[in-house]
Amino acid sequence: MTTDALNVKEKDIVVPGESLAVGMGFLPSWGTYRDGDSIRASRLGLVQMDGKVIKLVPLSGAYLPRMGDVIIGLVIDVLMSGWRVDTFSPYSAVLTLAEATSEFIPKKADLTKYFDIGDVIMTKVTNVTSQNLVDVSMKGPGLRKLGPGRTLVVDPHRVPRVIGKNGSMVSMIKDHTGCNILVGQNGVVWLSGEPENEVITVQAIERICAESHISGLTEKMQRWLEQNAKHVNRSRPQEPMQ
Amino acid sequence: MTKSNAIFKRPDGRAFDETRPITAKVGVIKNAQGSAMFQIGDTQAIAAVYGPRNLFPKFLQNPRKGILRCFYNMMPFSGHGERIRPGGSRRSKEISMVTQNALLPVLNLDDFPNAGVDVFIEFPQTDAGSRCAGICAASMALADAGLPMKDLVAAVAVGNINGNIIVDLNYAEEAYDGQVADIPVAMLPNSGKVTLLQMDGISEREELKKALELGKKTCQKIYEVQKQALKGKYKVD
Repeated sequence: MTTDALNVKEKDIVVPGESLAVGMGFLPSWGTYRDGDSIRASRLGLVQMDGKVIKLVPLSGAYLPRMGDVIIGLVIDVLMSGWRVDTFSPYSAVLTLAEATSEFIPKKADLTKYFDIGDVIMTKVTNVTSQNLVDVSMKGPGLRKLGPGRTLVVDPHRVPRVIGKNGSMVSMIKDHTGCNILVGQNGVVWLSGEPENEVITVQAIERICAESHISGLTEKMQRWLEQNAKHVNRSRPQEPMQ
Repeated sequence: MTKSNAIFKRPDGRAFDETRPITAKVGVIKNAQGSAMFQIGDTQAIAAVYGPRNLFPKFLQNPRKGILRCFYNMMPFSGHGERIRPGGSRRSKEISMVTQNALLPVLNLDDFPNAGVDVFIEFPQTDAGSRCAGICAASMALADAGLPMKDLVAAVAVGNINGNIIVDLNYAEEAYDGQVADIPVAMLPNSGKVTLLQMDGISEREELKKALELGKKTCQKIYEVQKQALKGKYKVD
């Protein structure tokens, strides 16, 4: 009979191979593995305990497409009956004709009329296979081709911070800068507004990503925005709905 | 075989089981998914991890798992005055291969079929022990890149000069006029498994065993440094 012992606390940062707990009283979950009696970390992450279950929250790493994620992608190729979309992950996705539009597309139609190479699209991941072949769809609220604007790529693990609780952070930036902002789960941020306001928005988002570990970041950003976006005309042009 | 009975002293006055000063830092290259610097004495390694990403040429792709590619490179000015010819060489190719083999046992790339992970290891300056420093830096960079790993990898060179077992040889010791064995070792600190073991020179069986013991002890110390460096990057101040 071995005695169970926990070697870490909640929110500790652990490195691969580090022993998290000893004994069969604990259960390994995501980012951990069992090695004989003990549970070890299998990546760099933050410890999260759920009763006897130990899991890790990743701090870094590439985005991997998951079913249901709404992402911002880039059309990189036109296929026989669809488009290839860069998802800013190791794997590109395919947007098929049927999922692209509700319009009827006749045979031999020029597909670039709908989406062309270089177009930025807000799209949804509908299927991911075991070989990480990815399907995306344009059917759903808010899924559309994004017009002129800026895109920037942030660490996908910072996305929850950029959005904030119930979107509090991103709507605060929208209010202060008058820009339209869309954040994809893959870490791509699209924004459009007055050029000088876009610059402030980009700075704000980069600031959030750099200081994402600080608690009370929303208040800090509020102060920063009040100082830096003082002269912005707050009336935001309505987004064209499609 | 002659073994001098004179008391051996290390050229830089270190104790036999004393390494050169070690510093390590994670996140030194912003563009890379993961990066790390590992310096031991005058040997400095900088590793950058790119990927997992689309892998080309396509025939290298493996539909069952992602593949790891390592690139070891000494910078032209990194040696002892003699210019290192830029580009790959027989030596750098071999070291790239052993580095890859030292890191692969801990890395789990099953989640990334057809993709590849590239590790570039550069040396701004070297003073022996570069493959070990490179492995230490690369394993930290891979962890920083958020890849699934069973363990970190720590590495150090041990040696045998005229029957004296010493750790972390510098160039003066490697080029010592006598009977020298240079034994780079890489280990998984938590399980004690060995992923790299090479030997240049001659060593008695008993001496080799003693040398490996010393290597194991030192790898534990290096592991602590690696751990601190990785945690330091994300420390909340």
